[in-house]
Amino acid sequence: MSRSNPEGTSVRSVLILSATSAIAAAVAREFAAHGFNLILGGRNQEELGPLASDLSLRYGVQTRLLAFDALDPLAHSRLLESCLAEAGKALKGVVVCTGYLGDQAKGQTDWEEARRIIDTNFTGCVSALNIIGNHFERKGAGFICAISSVAGDRGRQSNYLYGSAKAGLTAYLQGLRNRLYHSKVKVITVKPGFVDTPMTYGRQGLFLVASPETVAKGIFQAIAKGKDVVYLPWFWRLIMLMVRCIPEAVFKRMRT
Amino acid sequence: MTDSFLTQPLSGWGRFPVERCNVYRPESTRQLAGIVVSGDQPCFISHGLGRSYGDAALNKDGGVVGHTRLNRFLAFDAHTGVLECEAGASLDEILHYFLPRGFFLPVTPGTKFVTIGGAIAADVHGKNHHQDGTFGNFLLDFKLLTAKGEVISCSPASNPEVFWATLGGMGLTGVVLSARIKLRPVESAYVLVDYQKAENLEDALGRMTESDASYQYSVAWIDCLATGRHMGRAVLMRGNHAKASELPSSIRNPLAAPHLHSFTLPFDFPSVALNSLTIGAFNTLYYAIHRNAARQVVDYEKFFYPLDAIHHWNRMYGRRGFVQYQVALPLENGVQSLKEVLTRLARSRRASFLAVLKRFGESNPGLLSFPIRGYTLALDLPVAGGLIPLLHELDRVVLDHGGRVYLAKDTVMTPESFAAMYPKLEEFRRVKNRLDPQHRISSSMARRLSIVQK
Repeated sequence: MSRSNPEGTSVRSVLILSATSAIAAAVAREFAAHGFNLILGGRNQEELGPLASDLSLRYGVQTRLLAFDALDPLAHSRLLESCLAEAGKALKGVVVCTGYLGDQAKGQTDWEEARRIIDTNFTGCVSALNIIGNHFERKGAGFICAISSVAGDRGRQSNYLYGSAKAGLTAYLQGLRNRLYHSKVKVITVKPGFVDTPMTYGRQGLFLVASPETVAKGIFQAIAKGKDVVYLPWFWRLIMLMVRCIPEAVFKRMRT
Repeated sequence: MTDSFLTQPLSGWGRFPVERCNVYRPESTRQLAGIVVSGDQPCFISHGLGRSYGDAALNKDGGVVGHTRLNRFLAFDAHTGVLECEAGASLDEILHYFLPRGFFLPVTPGTKFVTIGGAIAADVHGKNHHQDGTFGNFLLDFKLLTAKGEVISCSPASNPEVFWATLGGMGLTGVVLSARIKLRPVESAYVLVDYQKAENLEDALGRMTESDASYQYSVAWIDCLATGRHMGRAVLMRGNHAKASELPSSIRNPLAAPHLHSFTLPFDFPSVALNSLTIGAFNTLYYAIHRNAARQVVDYEKFFYPLDAIHHWNRMYGRRGFVQYQVALPLENGVQSLKEVLTRLARSRRASFLAVLKRFGESNPGLLSFPIRGYTLALDLPVAGGLIPLLHELDRVVLDHGGRVYLAKDTVMTPESFAAMYPKLEEFRRVKNRLDPQHRISSSMARRLSIVQK
């Protein structure tokens, strides 16, 4: 699992943060299928190991692991900066897949849960994205993709702790995109709808649930095409347009 | 936090029976272990791709643990061909990634949509059983999560008792987490096949006895509607892996099979679609169009997995589903015992669309492993009134001739017949009770056959 490659400049790699999530693993496979080497960042090295060996065996790409815990932002600069520096020119971009739905009801009374939701979905991402943003700004090239959520488009009683943190992330990414535009760095905001992951598995009342593979293909395409904001699958853009159009006076009465 | 699950009606490939199960789908080994030891359900059974036909991977009102997201390849040694992977990896993905590198499955059943865990649980066999034995012969070792939450490594040398109980043990000894299997080096994705027609059962068995030794793969389709002197007329399909040099020059890449067009049966056929008349017509046609032919170049998909190209082919049997009935009969008196099964079947006026006959080689020490030296016959029978009594009648015939029924396909066998067919059942129960005294791992089949307490 070394980085050296005789082909030198043609080597391309991507860093994926929180790589053990279902969407992240599918994104990693998508990039590997296109010949990218991967740096997989995550908290649980025991789970990253099998993912890394699977990617090398299926696609013949090289993989490296990075200890990354979104909830430990003080360690981010030390870990991420050395990783980014080591990855060097081959590193084409970063996909941040960090996310935690949490328990809304619990979070309303238990500050620990509320803080965990906010810190995983917002604070931890901001900390990592600051470092990543600075790195690519200096490079003057590359892409930064982060997975936000349709839940950030409108606060709902059933998940507004998660939704508000994702809304914060979406706004952060807008600003970062504006800033890095001038340095030729693409910033891609991904807003998935319902995806068939442990976050949704077993929940009632879900509709139009997409597979992680479908979403991963969409993410890869959005990055390749240099999109700004993508809803995945695409029809969520229409659904959320309608949801946002409902007047607040009406929306507040709805059971959402 | 308790893991979420889906309560849903579940069935095996035969779509009979359908039972309500609480289905989990862990994405990490740690999550899987947490579910199994949690006690959230009275008991659990592992579930792969749902290709066992009956109730082997069902657990009525209990827990079913899906392995589809625990399918990672862990290690591969290109010199020895040894692949280590998680139990949820399918034969399909192994072929997809390793055939282009010159490796084939050492043993494969008639579908590639089977997980490694399922292949171990049923100790599956293929068309090469007479030469190579079962899947277990190529299984080096595996890691088993027990009901107590321990992970033990099992091979014929280490924990042999557990190894031989798990091989063919229908998932009842624990949850297989990962396994190491030895793949077979091949030069091409093709098989050189000889097709031979046999006029009747004696002719078919005679040819098998005479020349199966020169084929790695051997199987016969038989016309189970033909009676009298044509009873058991058959088309023998036997072959060997083609060497690269044996392929016509039109095949540019020997290790790539042509893309097979697959389609999906979009709806349930009406139950009357397959009746003895249409099946009779099909069988007559099938027998008629086959010619004796030697050294035909056939790609592996067509030879090994003719039905995989039709997704949901089980819908052909209509909403009520079907039963696959597969038996093994000892070599001694093979002709008589096969004839008696076929006669009873013909007398019942039930026809099997697909009837497959093959010779089995030696059995292995697997406590509940199916194959015994002799013959095996597999029949597909649509579910209809009177089927269960017929199957019980056939069970008795099979038992009288020293044969047995394949658990991966069984749906209706009684505990008495099962105990009589599998003499090592008591030994299996001892291992099971030692590993899982509270029977936290159980299935609908295990309860039906009294392998565990109800």
